[in-house]
Amino acid sequence: MFRQPFGLYRTSNPWREFERMRREMDRVFNEFNRGGRLSAAPSFPAMNAWRNEEGVVITAELPGVNPEEIDISVVGDTLTLTGSRQLEDLGENVKYHRRERGYGKFTRTFQLPFAVEADKVGATFEKGVLQILLPRAEAEKPRKISVKSAA
Amino acid sequence: MANNGTNLQTQEVEKQEVEVAEGTERTRSGKAYIPRADIYETDNELVIVADMPGVDENSLDITLEKNVLSIRGYVESLAPENYSLAYAEYEMGDYERNFTLSNDIDKDNIAAKVKNGVLHVHLPKAGPAKARKITVQAA
Repeated sequence: MFRQPFGLYRTSNPWREFERMRREMDRVFNEFNRGGRLSAAPSFPAMNAWRNEEGVVITAELPGVNPEEIDISVVGDTLTLTGSRQLEDLGENVKYHRRERGYGKFTRTFQLPFAVEADKVGATFEKGVLQILLPRAEAEKPRKISVKSAA
Repeated sequence: MANNGTNLQTQEVEKQEVEVAEGTERTRSGKAYIPRADIYETDNELVIVADMPGVDENSLDITLEKNVLSIRGYVESLAPENYSLAYAEYEMGDYERNFTLSNDIDKDNIAAKVKNGVLHVHLPKAGPAKARKITVQAA
């Protein structure tokens, strides 16, 4: 009844094929769980990048950071984000039961896929989420080339 | 202050997902994360500070049932329109965390505020039970 369960792999060890498939699935899922195209362990703040033909939008979660202390600079195709999160001044007689939130300065540099129109970079900060709009430099935009018929 | 806390640069960036009890499911689609929190105590109160980026006063749900304080924050997708995600280091999702309170909290005067994606919950300590003087009246 269960004689040829893996008919296709009759000649090789069917479990080896299973193992290969499992490894492949693990790899795919691990990549997926990390949010897709993650290369290395990110540093603070974690960033997401969104793009279309017009430009790139970078979002970063910066809870508790004063927007006035966020510094964004763009040189060519490199975005640098610096800032700090201040420790609340709580005075004396404060006892911490739990500390999970970090404080201090942060710097991140992000390589963009193209040069940016530096004058038109805009940023908003809402509910602790920073959003930076980086329009693609006019000279770097893809150009549509029309094909003329020779007739 | 003696304890300066962790440095932002070395802080783990990855969000920790809420574990769902076996046999139950979340009713909202998407993931839920445990917000990173500080808890400190002053002479008069206990304060919970939680990082909940993407949350404001309208998307927070704080309930106290018996001794359990539940904090829930609902995050609407902040995806920019007409853009597609090209690179991701973090995922967006709701926040959930429960704290068990001790009995000496004045449960009627709990106050909360949220600013720049950081929630502060102030839990005042119940005042010391006032010694009640019982007057003895002459019969």
